[in-house]
Amino acid sequence: MSALDEPGLAADTADAGVDVRRVRRQRRAELISAALHSKTFVVGMAIVVFWLFSALTWRWVVTNPQAVDPGATLASPSADHWFGTDNLGRDVFARVIAGAAPVLTIAPLATLLGLFGGITVGLVTGYYRGWTDDVFSRVVDALLAFPLIIMAVLVLASLGRSPRNVILVIGIIFTPLIARTVRSAVLVEREGEYVAAARLRGERGPRIMVVEILPNITAPILVEGTIRLGYAIFAASTLAFLGLGIQDPSPDWGLAIANGQAYLQVAWWMVVFPAAALATLVVGVNLIADGLRRAIEE
Amino acid sequence: MSTTERRQAVRIESLTVAYRRRGRLLRVLDDVSFSIGAGEAYGLVGESGCGKTTVAMSLMRYLPENAVVESGRVMFGEDDVLTASESTLRTWRGERMAMVYQDPGTALNPSIRVGEQIAEVYRFHKGMGKAEAIAAAMQMLTTVQISAPERIVRRYPHELSGGQQQRIMFAMSLATDPDLLVLDEPTTGLDATVEAEVLDLVEQLRTQFDASILFVSHNLGIVARMCERVGVLYAGRLIEEGPAAELFHEPRHPYTLGLLRCMPRMGMRKDADRLDPIPGSLPPIGAEIAGCVYADRCPIARDRCRAEPPPIVPVGEGHGARCFYHEEVPAIPPLTRPPDDAPAAVAGDGLLLKVDDLVKAYGSGGNQVTAVAGVDVEVGRGEVLGLVGESGSGKTSLAKCLVGLLDPSGGSIEFDSVDVTSGRRNREARRKLQMVFQNPDNALNPSHSVRTILRRSLELLAGVRGKDRQDEEMNDLARSVRLEPRHLDVRPSALSGGLKQRVAIARSFAGSPSLILCDEPTSALDVSVQAAILNLLVDLQRREGVSYVFISHDLAVVRYVADRIAVMYLGQIVDVGPADAVFEPPHHPYTEALLSAIPTLDPDAKVRMKLHGTLPSPSDPPSGCRFHTRCPRFLGDVCVNEEPPWQSTADGERYRCHIEPGELARLQADQEAPEHPTAP
Repeated sequence: MSALDEPGLAADTADAGVDVRRVRRQRRAELISAALHSKTFVVGMAIVVFWLFSALTWRWVVTNPQAVDPGATLASPSADHWFGTDNLGRDVFARVIAGAAPVLTIAPLATLLGLFGGITVGLVTGYYRGWTDDVFSRVVDALLAFPLIIMAVLVLASLGRSPRNVILVIGIIFTPLIARTVRSAVLVEREGEYVAAARLRGERGPRIMVVEILPNITAPILVEGTIRLGYAIFAASTLAFLGLGIQDPSPDWGLAIANGQAYLQVAWWMVVFPAAALATLVVGVNLIADGLRRAIEE
Repeated sequence: MSTTERRQAVRIESLTVAYRRRGRLLRVLDDVSFSIGAGEAYGLVGESGCGKTTVAMSLMRYLPENAVVESGRVMFGEDDVLTASESTLRTWRGERMAMVYQDPGTALNPSIRVGEQIAEVYRFHKGMGKAEAIAAAMQMLTTVQISAPERIVRRYPHELSGGQQQRIMFAMSLATDPDLLVLDEPTTGLDATVEAEVLDLVEQLRTQFDASILFVSHNLGIVARMCERVGVLYAGRLIEEGPAAELFHEPRHPYTLGLLRCMPRMGMRKDADRLDPIPGSLPPIGAEIAGCVYADRCPIARDRCRAEPPPIVPVGEGHGARCFYHEEVPAIPPLTRPPDDAPAAVAGDGLLLKVDDLVKAYGSGGNQVTAVAGVDVEVGRGEVLGLVGESGSGKTSLAKCLVGLLDPSGGSIEFDSVDVTSGRRNREARRKLQMVFQNPDNALNPSHSVRTILRRSLELLAGVRGKDRQDEEMNDLARSVRLEPRHLDVRPSALSGGLKQRVAIARSFAGSPSLILCDEPTSALDVSVQAAILNLLVDLQRREGVSYVFISHDLAVVRYVADRIAVMYLGQIVDVGPADAVFEPPHHPYTEALLSAIPTLDPDAKVRMKLHGTLPSPSDPPSGCRFHTRCPRFLGDVCVNEEPPWQSTADGERYRCHIEPGELARLQADQEAPEHPTAP
């Protein structure tokens, strides 16, 4: 090849590449450092990590949340019972700490299910457009016209109340919502020249969706997933509160708030502490979502 | 008139600006000093990332929040813009200085009628009442030569064409008769013929207003035409400054020389001349460089250049160059030899691609837009067909139909004796017909490594299986586009624009294609990189014997690579033939207008032929000859009512016009610069 010795060309290829690996690692490090520099993200992370830790280790940290102290029912907060006791004489502090476990099992699983469904539907409708897209859009419109909680109540009432069904219901309700976000991201990416190039070399649709497009829309999916996790926590607790989700004697927060409301006049601690726990967790997750979004946008 | 005697309107004194990014300071301007005389036009040229926009923004103090002015002053007479109070600045912006941006579409408020936007300037700065301000706005629109200003004032920005929007911007910025007008790439987003019109306007406005002008552009031709003095920026430093004519004819900095040499000039041919690329690429923004910023790419750099930064050395009357060895610059030999005579791969005879009456329409019913309206075109084996036309002429739609990314609405495409009209093609057809895209940033999947990208193409197009064989083939492929092995394992974002385009070219060559569609393959690249990519494309074409359909808006580039040229207007080919025959001399009036719209470095260029009006909508094309609404050689009713016949010339060119070749030659000799008879 005669042109190889041409100085202009040989040198042009010698420019970049020097620090390419470093640059790549640096980009990822920059994203993480940007997230860690945002106070929102760090505070949210601290809260969520605290509850995750509680959900995993409550067995060894607090007294048995089911242990009944018949001599001290509805006792107000004291040195023995930091958050007081409930109507059966169970320790509210132990129950609040242990209560992180059921909600942090159901909500993430439901979110994952919703993500799986939403990403699939979003990729297919966004990439193929056409009638699949039209049908899907009408279905979402119809779904959104319905109060979601009513639908959940209907489904759970007919399917039976179990944690598995709660996960299913929340996951299915999330699917079209997440799909909408994914779809709009796919609509942008599918016009990219790299997608045209993939089609030109004969890639099939499913591979283009999963291998070409999906890796480039992880950022919006990550943010959407985190926001949905917050909603899922709230939804799971709401269903438990309505008696449609987890049943007694689980220390679940939604359930605890429902049980405690009858005693609100005499034992405010039965409601306030689980409610505060729930609030901090939802706020924490949303802070993470905000921090992530800003770090990605930067 | 010597510039030193002139009163200085603006003086930039050793301006050093950095951007703060993630805690680090990246210096983008380093000790930049120059001044603009009253009423003078000063051109600032440089490639992307050299800091020219930062200079423009510093003049207005429109710097982004993360910008840090480390030192320097921007003096307006006795006042420093950089230390003025916000309220003073607000008055100055507009009254003393105004700016016209690259993209008028985003600079205008989309929800306010343009008349009111101009009137607002008068109301704020001159304290006029509403009616008075609208009247003044109307007056100003006449000054910027907008036809029917009374209708235009009531329009919203989106209802105007790019050229009209830019005129509105000029009207707004001139409303207060500023001392300084900053033009930041004011014609970059516009088509060549519209660009020529806007530049004419700027020239005429200069005779009416006595504003000094800072003209920022990457286009040397435009700056040479518009400006009296020119500064060349490279990596944040002003490396050469001088009178425009002198600087472009006797550059005394190696970079200026390199820039001038690497541009394909009109009339250069791939068989006769080789482009002279500048080796290497721009240093990354904010890089700390001890010596001369250009030393790494400079053919005459010595140790001294890498150790200490050169000062500006005066080399003539008002002409200075930041080079220790500026005396040697005129004698730098061209880097490349003329193209080698190595036998080109045997380009088999005969037809490779035959397009017959191709139609592509979008939408349906009343909203139908016919982007390609009956195109017949042929490409021979081993031939390069250049495709030229303004945006909206349908060239990209045509290209997408040819490669199978779009299904045509009518007509047929025959490729290698096989009908490939529909977008569904077999592997053989895909292998042989590939495409190189315009934007290398977007054409390579950012999530995949270069190796993955090339491997997949080898697997699907060439049918190469097995990792060892793939790696072997990949190395050959990479070598043929002069990529090095270490470039294979990175993602595209780690590569420069030129390297990315090499990967994209390698990908298209994976299956030993016979035809490649190049859709503006160099328009997203810097001039200094463009030459290397064009050389590569020409080498590969010669060696592999492939054919190209080469789309570009840059006529000099098309002229350089193409054997035959087709000119498109509103979805139709209006002029086609051997490259020489189409351009020298031009026959079709549209080709003539396109050619005369190119700004050249040549000071004695002919008077330009002007196109008036805007491109008609393809949804409602004009009757008869589609070009009759803008044609400078408009004959009358025959053009409006009858479709023009194909005319043939002696040298094999065919063009669609009512004027016969003999008659045309007479007209061209008679009239220097005709205008449309009904033009305003």
